[in-house]
Amino acid sequence: MSATPLLELRGIDKSFGPVQVLRDVAFAAYPGEVTALVGDNGAGKSTLVKCISGIYPTDAGEFLFDGAPVTINSPRDAASYGIEVVYQDLALCDNLDIVQNMFLGREKRSGIVLDEPTMEQMAAETLAGLSVRTVKSLRQHVSSLSGGQRQTVAIAKAVLWNSKLVILDEPTAALGVAQTAQVLELVRRLADNGLAVVLISHNMNDVFAVSDRIAALYLGQMVAQVKTTDITHAQVVELITAGRSGGLGLGGGNGQSDNGGEPAASTPGAVR
Amino acid sequence: MTTTTVRQEGPASVTPPPTVGSYVRNYLARVRGGDLGSLPAVTGLLVLCLVFAIVRPVFFSAANFANLFTQGAAVTAIAMGLIFVLLLGEIDLSAGFASGVCAAILANVATVLGYPWYVAVAAALFTGMVIGLTLGVLVAKVGIPSFVVTLAGFLAFQGVVLLLMEEGTNISIRDETIIAIENRWVPPLIGWVLVAVAVGGYAAAQLLRHRNRTARGLVTDPIMVVFGRIAALAVILGIAVYVLNQERSINPLISSNKGMPIVVPILAVLLVFWTFVLSRTAYGRHLYAVGGNREAARRAGINVDKIRISAFVICSAMAAVGGIIAASRDRSVDPNTGGSNVLLYAVGAAVIGGTSLFGGKGRIIDAVLGGAVVAVIINGMGLMGYSSGVKYVLTGLVLLLAAGVDALSRRRSAATGTR
Repeated sequence: MSATPLLELRGIDKSFGPVQVLRDVAFAAYPGEVTALVGDNGAGKSTLVKCISGIYPTDAGEFLFDGAPVTINSPRDAASYGIEVVYQDLALCDNLDIVQNMFLGREKRSGIVLDEPTMEQMAAETLAGLSVRTVKSLRQHVSSLSGGQRQTVAIAKAVLWNSKLVILDEPTAALGVAQTAQVLELVRRLADNGLAVVLISHNMNDVFAVSDRIAALYLGQMVAQVKTTDITHAQVVELITAGRSGGLGLGGGNGQSDNGGEPAASTPGAVR
Repeated sequence: MTTTTVRQEGPASVTPPPTVGSYVRNYLARVRGGDLGSLPAVTGLLVLCLVFAIVRPVFFSAANFANLFTQGAAVTAIAMGLIFVLLLGEIDLSAGFASGVCAAILANVATVLGYPWYVAVAAALFTGMVIGLTLGVLVAKVGIPSFVVTLAGFLAFQGVVLLLMEEGTNISIRDETIIAIENRWVPPLIGWVLVAVAVGGYAAAQLLRHRNRTARGLVTDPIMVVFGRIAALAVILGIAVYVLNQERSINPLISSNKGMPIVVPILAVLLVFWTFVLSRTAYGRHLYAVGGNREAARRAGINVDKIRISAFVICSAMAAVGGIIAASRDRSVDPNTGGSNVLLYAVGAAVIGGTSLFGGKGRIIDAVLGGAVVAVIINGMGLMGYSSGVKYVLTGLVLLLAAGVDALSRRRSAATGTR
């Protein structure tokens, strides 16, 4: 178990005009672990991810990467630290093949000519490294792939760039049972390969199947970030829907309770 | 890294090396799945040629064969440019009259102002790029749909041609170099040399690619298929040049009239250049990406606005090339240059060739194949002596048919998931 988180956020605030979407959020992702980020619709999961990936600037708070404070102002900054996001609405081009999609925007060239053989080799190696054996040919158009295969390509695309932190936004939302299992296996393998993985999901079965830690957001506040083994299914659901569960959550410390925390007197009651 | 050591098989090495048989089967499966490629254009070309040859035997004469090239050249050049815009899922309705404006500039600079041909050609190309830049900025930055922007351009450029022509007079082209494009011929021997260079270059590129990929252990097309492609190109070019090198003049003693029109190698160079840009450069890749999924392209860090503007610039610049060719063919420019059905022919050529109106799919060779079909239609209808009413109706129907094939094959692809 790594002691220092790969990415640590402290006191993140984010407002859109008068609406405060994130308040004083703390979050950590550890290398070699899958951290599940859960929360109801509108809890701020996507906003938090967009802050991490540099799409939204934050109003306050600090980022620590490998223990050192950093600033992330654009997706390019995030990519330079090895942070890759796999979005829910798969950012793949249907009319391009697997290799072309994996290298889109970052093509290998020799002179002005695209270096196709190198790209194809690197793509093959990356997919082999993830033990992906379901695609027939690397040169088939993405439109001919199944949902699970597309998700696999999207994840492989994120891994290709020696990334250190991969954030997956609802990777199994649109998939069938077998394909979900495939993708979850792949998610687990990413962490086993030493990457820090953040998995956003609504599906408690998925969360408990692969995650090492669970971070719960409730109306823009991080109500708990605990080890998966220390919490039950029912408790997570309570955290998502009510923001608290027993000693965890709101009232269980200032929204944070990595080690339980003792109940505080004042509950931030203004949340509702 | 525990699991990676177990299986080192890449997905590429899992599939068995393709044979000629599997290559053919894959092709047939793709066609059944709705990815028709060049099939409709080639079939249409063969059927049309057969019909016209039976009804009007003069269609198959060497002289008429040369006519096909000079008749289709301008439309083909405009269609090449349109493919860039169509790849993005946009349309440029102004391309026809943009070519007219550029031709008018050419005529004014060359004939009225008396500058040499290269100044006139540069002025025409520059005009085309300025037009494209304007259209592109209005579409990409201001956000007006390309249909509306270019429809406005269609009307406005028609007016600009009239203004440049001083209300309807026509300007004749006297510069020999410009006239030569469509009215002079490449000497037969040089024609054969050009064929040898083209086939040799294609063979070298194909074989190098094949060797390079085999050396790296990547999946390659069977070597027999590669040889087949090279042989097919050699045969087609060989026959074409042989026929074009026949004497076409009625009385060769007075004026000899043989060899391919000079416009043919010009179009061939444009075909190779733009094909290279689209399929071998990052710019081309990004163009396809924007046409396929604009949001994905944006997230991949591609400057979508820049790509969209550049496509319109290329389209209008190629329209200028088409205008120059048209001016050369007519030896003059009049207010109708680039007008009437030039645009429809060009869009038709691109779509008949296999470029999709829905974006993301198309190649430059489509313009040549589709342009050939259009040229055969124009030529054949001329030989049949149809009235212009019948010609317009038939042309409209052909365009509709091509767009219909495009839409249906797209639906079929969506159903089978092949594209």
